[in-house]
Amino acid sequence: MPWTLASEEENKLIKSILAKEPSRRSTLDLQLLANRIRRNVIEAVYLAASGHPGGPLGLADIYAVLYFKVLNFDVKNPLSDERDRHLLSNGHVCAVKYASMALAGFFPEEELATFRKLGSRLQGHPSTRYFPELENSSGSLGQGLSQATGLALGLRLRKKSNHVFVGLSDGECQEGMTWEAAMAAAHYQCDQLIAYVDWNNIQIDGYVNQVMDLGALDEKFRAFGWKVQVANGHDIEAIERAFLWARQEKGSPKVILFRTTLGKGVSFMENNPEWHGSPPKKEQRDKALAELYESFHQLWENYKGARHEISDGA
Amino acid sequence: MRVLQINFEKLGGEKKATRDGYGDALVELGAKYEKLVVLDADLSGSTKTNKFAKKFPERFFNFGVAEQNLVGQAAGLAMAGFTPFASSFAIFLTGRAWEIVRNTVVYPQLNVKLAATHAGITLGEDGASHQIIEDIALMRVIPGMKVVVPADYWQAYHAVEKVFLENGPVYLRLGRPAIPVVYPPQYEFCFGESELLKTGQDYLFVACGVMVYEALKAALLLEKQKNVSIAVLNMATIKPLDEEGLLEASQKAKAIFTFEEHSTYGGLGGAVSEFFAQKKPMPVYRFGLKDVFGQSGSADELMAYYRLKGEQLAEDIASLL
Ligand SMILES: Cc1ncc(C[n+]2csc(CCOP(=O)(O)OP(=O)(O)O)c2C)c(N)n1
Ligand SMILES: [Mg+2]
Repeated sequence: MPWTLASEEENKLIKSILAKEPSRRSTLDLQLLANRIRRNVIEAVYLAASGHPGGPLGLADIYAVLYFKVLNFDVKNPLSDERDRHLLSNGHVCAVKYASMALAGFFPEEELATFRKLGSRLQGHPSTRYFPELENSSGSLGQGLSQATGLALGLRLRKKSNHVFVGLSDGECQEGMTWEAAMAAAHYQCDQLIAYVDWNNIQIDGYVNQVMDLGALDEKFRAFGWKVQVANGHDIEAIERAFLWARQEKGSPKVILFRTTLGKGVSFMENNPEWHGSPPKKEQRDKALAELYESFHQLWENYKGARHEISDGA
Repeated sequence: MRVLQINFEKLGGEKKATRDGYGDALVELGAKYEKLVVLDADLSGSTKTNKFAKKFPERFFNFGVAEQNLVGQAAGLAMAGFTPFASSFAIFLTGRAWEIVRNTVVYPQLNVKLAATHAGITLGEDGASHQIIEDIALMRVIPGMKVVVPADYWQAYHAVEKVFLENGPVYLRLGRPAIPVVYPPQYEFCFGESELLKTGQDYLFVACGVMVYEALKAALLLEKQKNVSIAVLNMATIKPLDEEGLLEASQKAKAIFTFEEHSTYGGLGGAVSEFFAQKKPMPVYRFGLKDVFGQSGSADELMAYYRLKGEQLAEDIASLL
């Protein structure tokens, strides 16, 4: 099935951004990539006729920064021992990981059309049985922080200095195991561990503070012995700064609590718990893509204003 | 064992989910029994406890994404004299919370009902992480735990009250998708009693859950194709197992076949095999998930992929008769 989301002209633009050295990618570059990730998420979930659009849209900016600026990896040698590890604990948001990895060249974007379908390696929840490059299997909430901590301990034991990044959700901070892991990571002073939380205040049954209030998540992590930063999960530069901070801090595990908006970029999905796990219908998908295209073209206009950057990087 | 008349002509015409039978029954029973409380872990829309929550908000507790805590809280409410129904997806309720179920609920025989939805592969697209095919085994193996697996909406609906009235811990296994209705609306569920839905001499089919419909279909097909007569028994209560029913229904049978949307290890097939191995040794063929995980796909595609559809069962069984 052809992946018909983008014009030739757009594809050229995206290609030129992807050809740049990560360090030379601008904020605008990353915003354009985040927008492309969002459209891929909508299309994948729409074609699957099942799955979770809300979390992935809220995470797209963070993923754009991670995959196109922060993480060390080599798509040609994806399981190299030197790579940073990036684990996903709240597996239901995997559409954003798949969309980002496709854009980064791990597999063709067209393959996103097989998401959640029989025989696809893009399982409904991430499975390394089907796709080893995903780093970890998840879907059952609250288990990722333990895996990531253990991985960081193991890497340290092997005298490796790679960082282990792990994405969590606020909902899964209700699982006791998350805090068992938090205790252990601090106890063992795992400073190669960088956790980040999608703090969107939404879970399935509603708003987190109404279903089961997490209270001051920052204070909780601090009390467990972590270094904590709270950042705006839709401000590319703030996201970059937060990850840079996390890489540099030593002596204890770090967590970034990203304030995010579930459904970000699609007006009718934003901050609405109903979009946690329902696929858009045809009309909703069309409307979502139209809105995202519009934002893309606005960004593109800005981009043309700063033309010199393209020739510079490409 | 009871013999029930089923209208085979109408079979499969209407489809409803067993989880809806559960949700609808809870609302009715909430008005009837003050002692009924319902607990959930951030899945009340999916488990259908949200209907009860709307009507009886003071008797509904949502504990967020915390299934071990959910089961522990249910134990406490039972200690306070209530009859809690605790709900989540089967994978989390029986898997994540297993040891709490064993030590905090079943060991002290607290009156807690675990009503789990989205069991088995028919949960579909979410994939193997969510498709538990081990839960019947996990619950059945705990001393004193009872296990009920309704075959359709109406059996689920009527089972809820009997589960409520049954003293002690019970596991109720429910599914996600709309599946064929087998039972009439005015039907009485009797705890621990199997039901003969089709009489027959030569072979005995024993099934539970969505596989009751598929087993009936397979039996009817095989009878058309071959000169055999097949009995079909719905073993909705897997524990305690209706042993007398099994003996009665298998009097002249040359072999037994079991069908479940579960691993072929430790579930209904396991229970039936354990019984016949000792009481009346004969071949027991088990149909289900043959030591494999599920995967993403629609419920229908997955049923076909794992050869659990009536037509496929008939094909695969034909050579064994
Ligand atoms: C252990 C476990 N319990 C329950 C679920 C079902 N579940 C999937 S997502 C979710 C909501 C969690 O909230 P969050 O991750 O914050 O959701 P989002 O912000 O993406 O909407 C639940 C309860 C699960 N996957 N794992
Ligand atoms: Mg959330």
